[in-house]
Amino acid sequence: MPDPVFHVRKVSKVYHMGDVEVHALRGVDLDLFPGEFVVLLGPSGSGKSTLLNILGGLDVPTSGEVYYLDHNLTAAESAELTRYRREHVGFVFQFYNLIPSLTALENTALVTEIAENPLDSHECLRLVGLEERLNHFPAQMSGGEQQRVAIARAIAKRPEVLLCDEPTGALDCPTGRLVLEVLDRVNRELGTITVVITHNVVIADMADRVIRISSGEIIDIHRNEKKVAPSELTW
Amino acid sequence: MTALNKKLLRDLWRMRGQLLTVALVVACGIATYVTMRGSYESIANAQREYYSKYHFADVFATLKRAPNSLEPSIAAIPGVSSVQTRIVVEVTLDVPGLQEPALGRLVSIPEHGTPSLNDLCIRRGRYIEPGRRDEVLASEAFANANRLDVGATIGAVINGRWEPLRIVGIALSPEYVYEIRGAEVFPDNKRFGVFWMSREALGPAFNMEGGFNDISLALSPGGSEAEVLSRLDNLLEPYGGLGAYGRIDQVSNRFLSDEIVQDRITGIFIPTIFLAVAAFLIHVVLSRLVHTQRNAIGLLKAFGFSNASVGLHYLGFALAAVLLGTLLGVPLGIWLGRGLSQLYQDFFRFPELRFVPTLSMIVSVVAISGGAACFGALSALRSVAALPPAEAMQPEAPARFRPGIAERLGLQRFVPLSARMILRNLERRPWKAMLSTLGLALAGAILIVGFYFYDAIEHLVRVEFQTAAREDVGITFNEPLGSSARYSVERLPGVFRAEPFRVVAARLRFEHRSRRVGILGLADDRDMRRIVDRDFHVVDLPPNGIVLSASLSKILGVSPGDTLTIEVLEGERPVRPMIVAGTVEDLIGTSAYMDIHALNRLMREGETISGAYLSVDTLVAPKLYSFLKQTPAVSGVNVREAMLQSFRDTIARSLGISTGALIAFACVIAFGIVYNGALIALSERAHELVSLRVLGFTHTEIGWMLLGEQAILAGVSIPMGFLLGYGICGLLVYSMQSELYRMPLVISSRTYAFACITVTLASVLSGLLISQKLRKLDLIAVLKARE
Repeated sequence: MPDPVFHVRKVSKVYHMGDVEVHALRGVDLDLFPGEFVVLLGPSGSGKSTLLNILGGLDVPTSGEVYYLDHNLTAAESAELTRYRREHVGFVFQFYNLIPSLTALENTALVTEIAENPLDSHECLRLVGLEERLNHFPAQMSGGEQQRVAIARAIAKRPEVLLCDEPTGALDCPTGRLVLEVLDRVNRELGTITVVITHNVVIADMADRVIRISSGEIIDIHRNEKKVAPSELTW
Repeated sequence: MTALNKKLLRDLWRMRGQLLTVALVVACGIATYVTMRGSYESIANAQREYYSKYHFADVFATLKRAPNSLEPSIAAIPGVSSVQTRIVVEVTLDVPGLQEPALGRLVSIPEHGTPSLNDLCIRRGRYIEPGRRDEVLASEAFANANRLDVGATIGAVINGRWEPLRIVGIALSPEYVYEIRGAEVFPDNKRFGVFWMSREALGPAFNMEGGFNDISLALSPGGSEAEVLSRLDNLLEPYGGLGAYGRIDQVSNRFLSDEIVQDRITGIFIPTIFLAVAAFLIHVVLSRLVHTQRNAIGLLKAFGFSNASVGLHYLGFALAAVLLGTLLGVPLGIWLGRGLSQLYQDFFRFPELRFVPTLSMIVSVVAISGGAACFGALSALRSVAALPPAEAMQPEAPARFRPGIAERLGLQRFVPLSARMILRNLERRPWKAMLSTLGLALAGAILIVGFYFYDAIEHLVRVEFQTAAREDVGITFNEPLGSSARYSVERLPGVFRAEPFRVVAARLRFEHRSRRVGILGLADDRDMRRIVDRDFHVVDLPPNGIVLSASLSKILGVSPGDTLTIEVLEGERPVRPMIVAGTVEDLIGTSAYMDIHALNRLMREGETISGAYLSVDTLVAPKLYSFLKQTPAVSGVNVREAMLQSFRDTIARSLGISTGALIAFACVIAFGIVYNGALIALSERAHELVSLRVLGFTHTEIGWMLLGEQAILAGVSIPMGFLLGYGICGLLVYSMQSELYRMPLVISSRTYAFACITVTLASVLSGLLISQKLRKLDLIAVLKARE
């Protein structure tokens, strides 16, 4: 077993919503290993997004420890977290969050401007199958295409980790499949640790490991003996 | 309170920053309107009331001397309702505490009763008592400037002898609302004052017993002024009449009326700019509000609220801004207006100049601002009405962009991505970008207009006080003297050199047009007093012919080479043709110049001079002044440096307040536009900016992407503001030009720099506030929200 890339121990997160305390995570322990494709499954409000945000350096735990390699993310300052995200993490969101005023190629290229050893933007878009749509603006593309641009943008800086929050949540099945194929390909070809959040159980079949989370606790970690190709998934 | 109103109140509270900036711009518009329009109305009213209550005359004339027996013939001129003959003389004064001699104008008043025309308003003390020949009433401006009060005594050279004059009262007259001597433009209240004295005392002292040398008339309703003027001139001609004139040419009235006209113009100009900017801001803010609340609008309409009630709900924002702007602007305007009235009191003396904001004025400005606000809200409200509820509840499609100009020209590789974002954002909504730039440019322009007045005054000083007039002291004789007087003057203590001049009252006539002027004859070896145009060019004075101010040549309709007629109004009263040798684009007054010898020839007199310009050893000047005070032959002494100082003091004080207010208001505009623009950009682009933060961009990097757009707008607005400012100054110069003075259209690089720095600072400040907000953006919350 190789050393884990992420090392999460007893992580809890408490939000204060007015007078109410919300326990989003309750003592989570988790290790993520190089090149893994992990699916985080759970219903709304289960805490999976909170976990992803903590892994991605968007948030810090209330207690517990989070390490990325030798980076301690537990009590990092905002500037430190920014540098961590900048150097190591790629994000894909449910609603793409592309820059509407930039074309597909430019949205991708934007990220390469802040990366030390980026991929070629054309190459990234070719990888997501959009080599024909380089000069299209977000408003000129379908949702699936926009999400693929978002993936190209996320991988362009050659991140060690790709974190995807409901990447197919706003897409129909065939389009969603296309996006998952791209994620699978990126994971295989670039060896990027990929964590996908979803409440769609079908997607779990393409993962190396499936982590089920409920009410802020990990209730099950399951390794798929046989991974299903994304093209064979239906929902 | 209805739920919709509660929502409005909460929205207003949430958007309080924007509401406040819009309200402040509205407040500036309202305040400038209240101040300027209020001042205009107050001063116009004060003028009307003063003139009528104190019987300001309609027609004026001066002459050498006429017997009192002429009075009935004058009264019999058709159209004349009352006549007042007077003795008016100018004398040298010795004022306690003033080193140099001052000039006093003594005006006769009846010992019994009060003047029937140009009556006096006694401010302090009392009217003169019959039989007390040394009692005088002093003008308030002079008394205040010299800190003289009732009971003080000043010395005057009367009929060659020093006489003490005892001030028994301080008075105002509608004839001297603006109290200046001769052909000056700016008051020097320290060195020129008007005194009213018993006719019985003045008559014998100046050989005027049984006669008069000044006359004022009131016209009966419907009386023709032109007709009266011409008949009066005919009657006075044998008695050395210097030409009768109406109120329009009466110096004080002319300045006052010019000021009133200018107030009316600026009172329209400046508030319009503010209200236009306010309308624009309301448009921008409300459009954005409607945008972000599409969902709520859809929901309200789906529940069955009518377009009108939803529209009114959003109009509430505009009306709240106007309400808040009124609450701030009206008191501010009244406060500024009161301050301005105080300043006016330094220049224009009224028995009562109270700044009284009329209800109708306030109602009308609130209506105008409300109208401007509604106009600004119009397109946002139209889009509320046009939004079908089902569509409104759907998320909005992503904004459409297209390649910008740089890409279309194939230059994209030279344009960094963040710059492309900025340029495309600007290009997507060119109107908004243009209006924002225009608004900022207007702020810059207002700053330029504010500072311009300093530049104009400085230029005027350099032309008139430093290039044209370079003497230290100017003296005027009681009566014209032989040219050898020049040498006597040169022998006075401390005098290095004397340069003679001759002044002759005359009427210039060309075709049917005519004008009364004093022709100034200058020495051919002149060095101290020169004729200089607005660009500092020294203009030659040929040995023959007359050189006119360009403004005078326009009035007469003459060009160089034309021959006009000079009707001299003194001495032998010769009438001669004279060739116009040239014109000079000068800044003050309507002047006519001739070579002194040519003027002597015209007068058929020998070498005669009216006075001299002196260059003086400043160390010995006090000795010279005390000598001049004792010299009966000298009736007037002008000290250039003192005049300049008094001019600067008065002007600096008055410009200080108005410029200060304009600068503050311009900052509000600049800040309001940049702040609102950036805030709206922030709300529109929060999503993309946050996603960039998530991707690892720093605060500073996304700050530039957001504020770069505002920086470009501000950058473009600055040169545009320069142009606009220059244009507005040009318009002001054009609309304010008068016979009395022409403002030079010169704007210093310092003014441009000030405007540029101020707009930049206001922009930077709002940028800093926005970047604070940017730092506080909650990454996760923004990402969770769909829009």
